[in-house]
Amino acid sequence: MVFLEFFYTLREAGLKVTLQEWRMLLTCLEHGLHDSRIEGFYHVARSCLVKSESDFDTFDRVFASYFEGIEGVVELPPELLEWLADPKPFEELTDEMRAALEHLDIDELMRRFRETMAEQTERHDGGGRWVGTGGRSPFGHGGEHPTGIRVGGPGRNRSAMKVAEDRHFQEYRTDVTLDTRNIKLALRRLRQLTRSDGPVELDIDGTIDRTCRDAGEIELVFRPKRRNDVRLLLLLDVGGTMDPYYEPVSRLLSALYEERGLRDFKAFYFHNCVYERVFETGRLMRSESVSTADLLRTYGERWKLMIVGDAAMHPSELTSARGNINPRMETDTTGLAWLNRLERHFDRAVWLNPDRPVEWAMSSTCRTISTLFPMFHLSVDGIEAAVKALVGARAATVRPVLAPGAASL
Amino acid sequence: MSAAATEAGRFERFEGTSGYSASEALVDAVNCALALERPLLVKGEPGTGKTLLARHVAEGLGLPLDSWHIKSTSKAEEGLYVYDTVQRLNDARFGDGDVKDIRGYIRLGPLGRVFAAESRQVLLIDEIDKADLEFPNDILLELDEMRFTIMETGDEIVARERPMVIITSNNEKELPDAFLRRCVFHFIDFPDVEQMRRIVDVHHPNVEKRLLDQVLVKFYWLREQKELRKRPSTSELIDWITALLRAGADPGLLESELPFMGALLKNEQDTRAIQAFQARGGKTPRSFEELGGARR
Repeated sequence: MVFLEFFYTLREAGLKVTLQEWRMLLTCLEHGLHDSRIEGFYHVARSCLVKSESDFDTFDRVFASYFEGIEGVVELPPELLEWLADPKPFEELTDEMRAALEHLDIDELMRRFRETMAEQTERHDGGGRWVGTGGRSPFGHGGEHPTGIRVGGPGRNRSAMKVAEDRHFQEYRTDVTLDTRNIKLALRRLRQLTRSDGPVELDIDGTIDRTCRDAGEIELVFRPKRRNDVRLLLLLDVGGTMDPYYEPVSRLLSALYEERGLRDFKAFYFHNCVYERVFETGRLMRSESVSTADLLRTYGERWKLMIVGDAAMHPSELTSARGNINPRMETDTTGLAWLNRLERHFDRAVWLNPDRPVEWAMSSTCRTISTLFPMFHLSVDGIEAAVKALVGARAATVRPVLAPGAASL
Repeated sequence: MSAAATEAGRFERFEGTSGYSASEALVDAVNCALALERPLLVKGEPGTGKTLLARHVAEGLGLPLDSWHIKSTSKAEEGLYVYDTVQRLNDARFGDGDVKDIRGYIRLGPLGRVFAAESRQVLLIDEIDKADLEFPNDILLELDEMRFTIMETGDEIVARERPMVIITSNNEKELPDAFLRRCVFHFIDFPDVEQMRRIVDVHHPNVEKRLLDQVLVKFYWLREQKELRKRPSTSELIDWITALLRAGADPGLLESELPFMGALLKNEQDTRAIQAFQARGGKTPRSFEELGGARR
């Protein structure tokens, strides 16, 4: 299968294309739905293989690079297309035969293609020279030639390449863009519905159904109310290196405050690292703070912890006992020890980092913290993954070895 | 059409209709769905004509259309059939109708109706994302096999000819992967300036060209502003034009100001962001050339 490589290239690029979808595409091609135009092929392939506009850009990039380099539209006589539309099966090639096939460069190939076109007057299937199907000639389709020109069948044409190369769908990518609506969508999954406890309600449908099944004997059915059991505690790094991220972070915050589905939601602020106290507002005023120890007492392990911060600071702020850069705040315990305490206290905790993931490794404190908390990028995809880590099935993870300096806990 | 299609064309093709300007990509996607006999999932911003598509596909293929409008309370079973137990109870008490025949109290839902129909049908499942997260999974089997059994009577409803199913989504909820795998997908892109002119023309046929140019430049400029939390969509543009026309707005005024901004921006942060931009002396583009320049 000539195209199978395209399938794997798409998967390597991160698109979750399945075999089922690949077979859908092949069926469409058998039906000739692409009309032997690369544009048609582009549309058909995208409709079958890609199921979200946020993946269109990735698809475009793979498509453009995979079909790159062979450009130009070749005008084809209709009868040629007709022969090609009805492919004959391909004869087996031995390795020697394959090796014997010439490797041609594109200009030479085009020149010979035009020559062959000028000479050819009838249908060809198999064989090594003419334009046809199932052959070893460089021209045609359903055949095999290392550098051949595909004629008819899925082909190429400047305009589809153009569409793909324009990367028109870039703005729909969910790994970079972030708006409140997107975030809300990502947060929808922050749900654990239970009917286990809490107030009961009259199950009206159940009551009516049971009553009618019992031919009119009234039978009341009760059940516990269904509700979301997720309580979320958000700790937010503000100031300093977080300033450039004011916009995305405030969008996340407003989406969380507007998210009515949560059973409970609480946000506190800190600067650089969590120490003895966390703050109720972003102004970080001592009068508006609570001790972190109290925080742990108030919010039980069933709360989900989400920390937002760039985890980038001077190493001493994380590991030295007097690390808090705010000199008026008492600090006896290291920031890392506090983070360790948080991580152990809460059943599930995640860290959202607004820095691009490639930058994480550059900061030693970020490396340390990411061994403690599963770290995700502050993007729609990242939030979605973080939400899965908070409520999804628990993956079997090995607890990371504690970094030095945390040994006292 | 090439020979390939006519030869292999065992299925009927959709070519678009006169009342609906479908892009080539959309026509290709519809035909994929027809050939594969799979549901077509259509997404896109509000006002891009998702719902309209089903009507025109039905018209283009000459098939009858049935619709199932999904609400947050919609249940998958309702699409198949409803057993009207209350009516039966009522009849039992007051002696109307034949209570013994349960079949008389089974009402087919939209999905049930298109399965049971004599001929091929087009079914629109509108705004599937409105329903519960699990809803799409609940109709998966029925959409795959195009058959279901009525539990109360044991009757099996089997589709004689697989209906063409068109599903729209506004992206309010993520759809499950298993569901997506079975669909052909199409995303209706936001209309470009030329398409938008045609859309505006349907609602306001006689807008002065100079005014419309200004309106569109401002509108597309606003949509490009990354700070906006909610980008204005087609229906907001139409509202804005309505307001401008009623007030007899002058194209010259529009060059420098954005009157009736409330019609376009529905969120106070957005309004403030644009006001702050103007207060800083920020200039909005006055022509498509300037807009294009800003884009680069």
